[in-house]
Amino acid sequence: MKQQRMMVHGMILGAFCLGFGLLLAFTDRVTAQDIAVRAIEDRQNSLSQVIPDSIHDNNPVTDTVAMKDGQGNEITVYRATKEGKVTGVAYEIFGSGYAGKIKLMLGVDAEGKILGVRVLAHKETPGLGDKIEVKKGDWILRFTGLSLGNPLPDKWKVKKDGGQFDQFAGATITPRGVVRAVREGLEFFAANKAQMMGGH
Amino acid sequence: MATQYKTIVRDGLWDNNGVLSMLLGMCPTMAMTTSATNGLGMGLATAVVMAASGLLVSMFRSRITQEVRIPVYILIVAAMVTLVDLSMNAWMHELYKVLGLFIPLIVSNCLPLARLEAFAAKEPVLPSLMDGIFMGMGFTLALTAIGAVREIAGAGTLFADASLLLGPAFKFMEMKLMSPDKGVLMMILPPGGFLVAGLLVVVKRILDVRAGKAIQMGGAHSAA
Repeated sequence: MKQQRMMVHGMILGAFCLGFGLLLAFTDRVTAQDIAVRAIEDRQNSLSQVIPDSIHDNNPVTDTVAMKDGQGNEITVYRATKEGKVTGVAYEIFGSGYAGKIKLMLGVDAEGKILGVRVLAHKETPGLGDKIEVKKGDWILRFTGLSLGNPLPDKWKVKKDGGQFDQFAGATITPRGVVRAVREGLEFFAANKAQMMGGH
Repeated sequence: MATQYKTIVRDGLWDNNGVLSMLLGMCPTMAMTTSATNGLGMGLATAVVMAASGLLVSMFRSRITQEVRIPVYILIVAAMVTLVDLSMNAWMHELYKVLGLFIPLIVSNCLPLARLEAFAAKEPVLPSLMDGIFMGMGFTLALTAIGAVREIAGAGTLFADASLLLGPAFKFMEMKLMSPDKGVLMMILPPGGFLVAGLLVVVKRILDVRAGKAIQMGGAHSAA
């Protein structure tokens, strides 16, 4: 008798799992295509902020090279080309912040000059470290136009460490992590330029 | 009947408020109330899930046996959360970019589960739906209030980025009340969440005592 009751409960639970599982599978099918389209649009938006429209006539989202960065992360390099020539590349870089990884997108032109840097994701303290976001402050815009030789290598630091970049009041670790990630990103470009810019 | 609905509305919004009376759902409350806008967003997403799961549990209440009810409730809440998450990502993408972060957190909120157990499992479909909606609205109210206090004290703004959540027409809600340097940073950090939530619980009790109401101590009992 008791065993039978247990079976009944199991069947009830199983039936609910099956029913809601089917419902979720159906929803996933219906939404999958739209979600994929939205993800490409998002990518396009973040790329267009670090690669100006004027320097390319292709679609960088679809012109990509897969590479491994210095820390062994798989990264995608998006290429901007104009009349068949590569005019710039954009790729993800990672900094270590106060509360975990900071994910950024770095755009560099063919000469190794920064076209733009934007934060894609971070977990920094609201009100302190989040000034690295472009909508919370213009700090991140100051990288535009810089390169490995400008400023000189020992100035690629926050002011507190003797460099030329401002830290925020109450937050040094976040900007320090971002400055370092950008510098390493540029070094990565310098070391792998041929592969990143190389022909199709 | 009408008085029953009145009780549901009053209970959800004030008398038996999920956060300020029952002290349930503290995890998303602490995490998401760094600004009034975040609180509002989290509250609204939770309200949708609570209404949908209340409706479903009430519909199936005669089929769900006592022994397996908890896993079934969790299944229903989790399924509703995933449903909301996927459809918002696909069809309300701008809103999803703001709220997307909060939605999976709803599963870890014990308020929906408490209401399913205390209310929807025993009551007919319509009152259960109403209970879900108004408990959700009460949750939204509390989160927005806590978020507003923390945001004003910590950052000097009120409803910052509300236009991202509600659309450009709500730009007027975004207020800058003082320079951010004057803000007390602690209010935005986790300790500020506990402080403000505690103070608002006190404020609510004082108001209730003044109104001559018997204070309802925490406990998720059925409203009917």
